[in-house]
Amino acid sequence: MQDAEAERKRRQRKRSMAIAWILAALVVLFFIVTIVRLGGHVLDRPA
Amino acid sequence: MSDTTVQAIPEKYDVALGGDVADYVALLKPRVMFLVVFTALVGLVAAPGTMHPVLAVAALICIAVGAGASGALNMWYDADIDARMARTAARPVPQGAITPQEALTFGSVLAGFSVICLGLMANWVAAALLAFTIAFYVFVYTMWLKRATPQNIVIGGAAGALPPMIGWAAATGTVSPESFVLFLIIFMWTPPHFWALALTRARDYERAGVPMLPVTHGADETRRQILIYSLILAPLGMVPSVMGFGGMLYTVVASILGAFFVLFAVDCYRTREGEAADRAAKHLFAYSVLYLFLLFTALLVEQGFGINGGSVLPLSWPL
Repeated sequence: MQDAEAERKRRQRKRSMAIAWILAALVVLFFIVTIVRLGGHVLDRPA
Repeated sequence: MSDTTVQAIPEKYDVALGGDVADYVALLKPRVMFLVVFTALVGLVAAPGTMHPVLAVAALICIAVGAGASGALNMWYDADIDARMARTAARPVPQGAITPQEALTFGSVLAGFSVICLGLMANWVAAALLAFTIAFYVFVYTMWLKRATPQNIVIGGAAGALPPMIGWAAATGTVSPESFVLFLIIFMWTPPHFWALALTRARDYERAGVPMLPVTHGADETRRQILIYSLILAPLGMVPSVMGFGGMLYTVVASILGAFFVLFAVDCYRTREGEAADRAAKHLFAYSVLYLFLLFTALLVEQGFGINGGSVLPLSWPL
């Protein structure tokens, strides 16, 4: 019974870590894509 | 236990434990994802014009995730069939590692996410094509054709043939005759590829109640159909050369590969008895994978490295 509980927690932790890494990767991807799509305009400032 | 009953869930896959990360990865059908990404990359590189490499990679990630979502939704719906076939019985849903509800949710979220992201990062033509591909694979192939007709993989093969068009659309925002030819090549390649596999696994399909051609029309008719499709595929592989986006390298590779495809199909057609028949079908199946990979690699090399008048670099660095 304890083994099953330990295994359940281990899997939950692995799933949580995977989700965390994927979310972090998405943040980086969206940031880079935004910069690329904005191109040089990101530095434009109104006069 | 009879052959037709769903396998008992092993203790180590107690549903209460929840699935492991590897089980969720398996839901995405990684090998299919690789083929989808590869053919989409060829479509993207072969397309005229330039695309920023970051956006190209982002588009390919979206297409890969969309393909994975299709796989997860397919495994959700087909869990009963998968449990009865030796090739698929170890998949996460029939094993009980992931519940059907989890697979459905996982696939649906990824499908929506991939389509929206592709629309935002590339364009909405590519996103619409990706959405159509996922919907066609899930609703038309998985839910309808697969259990209804021996033409299941012929018509359903359209879903697997669309990725080069999606890649092309991601780069150009359009659908063109050239990208449609790439679609047609994979579309005509799919029947001999899958029927060669089905010839060796007819009993499996029969047990699962899937009306594959060898089950409904017999092995001889399947071999005849394989030969017909192969005879259409070989010259079709040359069409990119005729249209001008396949150069000398592609022409040579496509003609040699096409000739060998027909030879393997003829061997499969003529060898009908015993282990030799099984071996001929397996050889054709293995060769069909190599055929598509090398054919598209030739196009990728030509277009990617600017042979045949293509751009020296297919992707631009505008920053």
